[in-house]
Amino acid sequence: MTINSTGEDMLKEVLLVEDSPGDVRLTREAFRDFDKNVRLHVAIDGVDAMAFLRHEGAHANAPRPDFILLDLNLPKMDGREVLACIKKDENLKTIPTIILTTSDAEVDIAKSYQLQANCYLVKPVQLDEFENLVKSISDFWLTKVKLTQQPHGR
Amino acid sequence: MTAIAEEDKTIEVLLVEDNAGDVRLAREAFRDVNRSIRLHLASDGVEAMAFLRQEGVHLDAPRPDFILLDLNLPKMDGREVLAQIKGDKSLKLIPTIVLSSSETDADVLISYQLQANCYLRKPAQWDAFDSLVRSINTFWLTKVKLPQQVPS
Repeated sequence: MTINSTGEDMLKEVLLVEDSPGDVRLTREAFRDFDKNVRLHVAIDGVDAMAFLRHEGAHANAPRPDFILLDLNLPKMDGREVLACIKKDENLKTIPTIILTTSDAEVDIAKSYQLQANCYLVKPVQLDEFENLVKSISDFWLTKVKLTQQPHGR
Repeated sequence: MTAIAEEDKTIEVLLVEDNAGDVRLAREAFRDVNRSIRLHLASDGVEAMAFLRQEGVHLDAPRPDFILLDLNLPKMDGREVLAQIKGDKSLKLIPTIVLSSSETDADVLISYQLQANCYLRKPAQWDAFDSLVRSINTFWLTKVKLPQQVPS
């Protein structure tokens, strides 16, 4: 979590919306291995995710994420509803939102693209495949894709 | 079981690009990286929409698995094409990747506002272009789950 003075511009804020502590840990470790400039924030349910994005409550000082990794099956507020809320909000809709879920059901895939998810990824069960996927996300979204340069914070 | 079918499947890609040099680079790079990709070309925005709506000479056009869209296009601008794709109940499901030489924040922002799936800057150098095509192939065709269902 160290922010050095020169690295601030490079620091990428990623919001992971995930209720499984095991998956949170794996994602955190994989990002740490591949990209030291990622600061991973975790929301453990859909309500917490929206509070983070809207800087509400305990999240008053939350940064604006460069992108969001969103699980579909979440307590309190479903991932599909979180996605719909993000993509209906004029300010939040420009944040790339990547679905990362165990479901590979066609109906979930189609619904997610309909709600304008930026892409849909299936969470692999095997540890090495999971690490590999995080590496791909990091490679593509953080080194190839141009992200919006809106001011962080509010 | 479906994995085998998916691997053999031809991947239909629509490239919307008016620059003949860039078309050639893209064609060669995709051919090198993935033989199952069939690259279709629309050289302006009007043609792109005709292809997607299977109008005129594009009556038998396949539904693309994804779209690579330049922003600065003749007849109909890439931003307008993007707005039309993402405003259409059926077409909006097709991942639309903006591939533009513009690096201005305004173009990046408007593209995400119009719900582009991602924004990539077109590199001027051949090796960087080739490497970008490889990345697109690796991420979008080996990692991402693309929608298979056409909503009714």
